[in-house]
Amino acid sequence: MLILLITLASHLAIPLSPCLLITVPQTISTPQTSPDLPVSQSSELPVSRQYAPPSKVTAIDKPNDAGSVIQLRWTLSPDDASIEGYTILRKASEDTAYTKIGSTISGVTTFEDEDVQDSVQYKYIVAAIGNGEMYRSEPSALVTSYPQLFHTGRINVLLCIVAFTLTLAYLVIKARTGKDLFIRKIAGLAAVDEAVGRATEMGKPILYVPGLGDIDWTATIASMNILGEVAKKIALYDSALIVPNRWSVTYTVSKEVVKEAFISEGSPEKFKEEYVRYVTESQFGFAAAITGIMMREKPATNFFIGRFWAESLIMAETGAQTGAFQIAGTDSVLQLPFFVTACDYTLIGEELYAASAYLSREPLLLGSLKAQDYGKLVVLLILFGFTVISFLGINLLPLLGVQ
Amino acid sequence: MKRKLPLAICFITGVSMIVQFFIPHPTSLEFSSMIYKWIIVLMALALILAIGNLIRHHGNKIRRKKENWQYSIVTLSGMVVMATIGLAWGIDPDSLYQRIYLNVMAPLGGTMFALLAYYMASAAYRSFRARSLEATLLLLSAFIVMIGFMPFGQYLHPRFPAFAEWIMKVPNMASQRGILLGVAFGSIATALKIILGIERSWLGGKE
Repeated sequence: MLILLITLASHLAIPLSPCLLITVPQTISTPQTSPDLPVSQSSELPVSRQYAPPSKVTAIDKPNDAGSVIQLRWTLSPDDASIEGYTILRKASEDTAYTKIGSTISGVTTFEDEDVQDSVQYKYIVAAIGNGEMYRSEPSALVTSYPQLFHTGRINVLLCIVAFTLTLAYLVIKARTGKDLFIRKIAGLAAVDEAVGRATEMGKPILYVPGLGDIDWTATIASMNILGEVAKKIALYDSALIVPNRWSVTYTVSKEVVKEAFISEGSPEKFKEEYVRYVTESQFGFAAAITGIMMREKPATNFFIGRFWAESLIMAETGAQTGAFQIAGTDSVLQLPFFVTACDYTLIGEELYAASAYLSREPLLLGSLKAQDYGKLVVLLILFGFTVISFLGINLLPLLGVQ
Repeated sequence: MKRKLPLAICFITGVSMIVQFFIPHPTSLEFSSMIYKWIIVLMALALILAIGNLIRHHGNKIRRKKENWQYSIVTLSGMVVMATIGLAWGIDPDSLYQRIYLNVMAPLGGTMFALLAYYMASAAYRSFRARSLEATLLLLSAFIVMIGFMPFGQYLHPRFPAFAEWIMKVPNMASQRGILLGVAFGSIATALKIILGIERSWLGGKE
C-alpha cells in the first residue's frame, strides 16, 4: 500500500511541472557533462518544489566596444532567494538548439557574452536553476554585435579638448600679433640664471635629474623642455653639466635636447658626450648613483625636475647636505613636501609645465599659458556653481541620469 | 628639413593617437597596438645606445684613472657578470641570475629605501625650525596631525583626532586638488603644444 502511495505521489509530481520546466539532456546540446550543469533528477524526487523563471530578458550589443560582446539583462526570478543561480543559454540564427554559455549566482541580473561573432544574430534564454531543473525565461529578441566607430561615452572629453584647443589657438594667434601677455614671477625659474651663474663661478658642474619617469610621463616631457632652456644657459655661461638618466629612451632624448641647445647657442664644440649619462633602471640603484655623484663630484647646483617617487627625499636631502643650490619641480603632490623642505626653490605642479614658456619668453608659449588659466577658471566656476547648488540642497544626480 | 621632419612625425603620430582614443573599432585598436610595438622596438634600440654610453663613460674613467675610478670597475664587472649569467643560464625563477638578484640587488634596494627614515628626520629638523610664518604653520599642523593620529592623542584632548582628520580632509585635500587641477591642464597644454609644434625646446628651440 505504502509503495503504491509513493508511486502515485511521484507520478502526480510530474504533471505539476509547468511547461517551462525543461530537463537538461533534452534541451542543452553542450556541454551535458559539465559539473555545474544540473541534471534532472525529478524521477528521484518524490516532491520537487517549482520555481518561477526570470523574466524580461533583454540582449543588446555592448556599446562603445570593438564588437564581439553582447550584454544581457533580466528581471530576477520571484524565487531568487531560493534558487541556486542562473544559466545562460544562447542560440545563433542557424542553430537548432540552445547551448549553455555561462552561469551566474542568484541575485545577479546581468551577463556579458564575450564569445560571439559580429554580424550573427543570437537569441538568449536565462534559466533559473533549482532542484536540478532549469526554469527557462522567454527568449530575448534577436541581437547582433558589431564594432563601433565612435566612443559616445567620451563625447565630454572630445568637447573639452576641442574647446581647450580652440582657446589655445586663439590665444597663440593673439600672442603672435605682438600683444604683451603678463606672466607672474615664478621664484624658482627666476633663480635659474643665478643657479647656473653660481656653478660657473665656483667652477663646478650642474646636476640636472630629469625625474625617474620614462618619456611617457608628461612631467618628463616638461622636464626635457626645461632641460633645453637650462642647457642653453649652460652653453652661454660655459659651465659643465651632468644629466643622469634612469631610462634608455630618456637618455637618448635628453642627449639630443642638450646637444641641440648647444648648437642653437652657436657652441656645438662645447657639448661633451659625458654630459648626458645612462645610469640604471633600478629605482634605488638610481638614487644611490645620484647621491654618489653629489658626494664625489660636488655639483654647485642641482635641478630635480620631472616625476619622482620615494627616492626624492634621499636625493634632495643629500644635495642639501653637500651645500648645493637646489631647484626642484614635480607634479607629484606626495613628493612636493619633501622638495619644499630640502630645496631652495620648488616648482609646484603646473609651474613645471609653465617653466619652458617662462624661461624662453616666446610669445606663442606664453599664449598657451593663458589658455591654461582660462581652462582653470572655467573648471573653478563649474566647481563653485555645483558647490552652491549642493549648499541649496538641490540634488542634480537624477537630472543627470546618475544612479 | 631636419626640423620639419620630426615636427611632422610628431604631429601625425600625436593626432593619430588622439583620434584613436575615440574610436573603439578593432582597426583602431590594431593601429594602437602596432604603435606600442614600435615603441618596444625603439626602446630596445635606445637601450643599446644607453649601454654603449655606460660602457664608454666608465671605460674612460678607468682608462684615464680619474678620481674614484675603482667604482667604475665594480659597475662594469657587475653588468658583464649579470649579463653573462643571464645569457648563459637563463633567468628562470630558480636560476643563478634570479638568486643573485634576490640576494644582492633586492637587499641593497631595501637598504636605500630604509635610509629614508633617517633622511626624513634630518629634513623634519630643518623644516620644523619656525623661522617664518609658513614654517610655523607647517610645524603646528604637522604637530597636530601627528599627535591626532597617535593613540594617546585623544587623552591630551578629546578633539585632537577629529581636528587632525579635518586638517587632512579639508585644507590638505583642497590644496592637493588645486595642484592636481593645474597639473591636469598643464599636461594637456604641454601635449597640445608639442603636437602642434608650438613647443620646440626638445628640438633646440624655435628656428
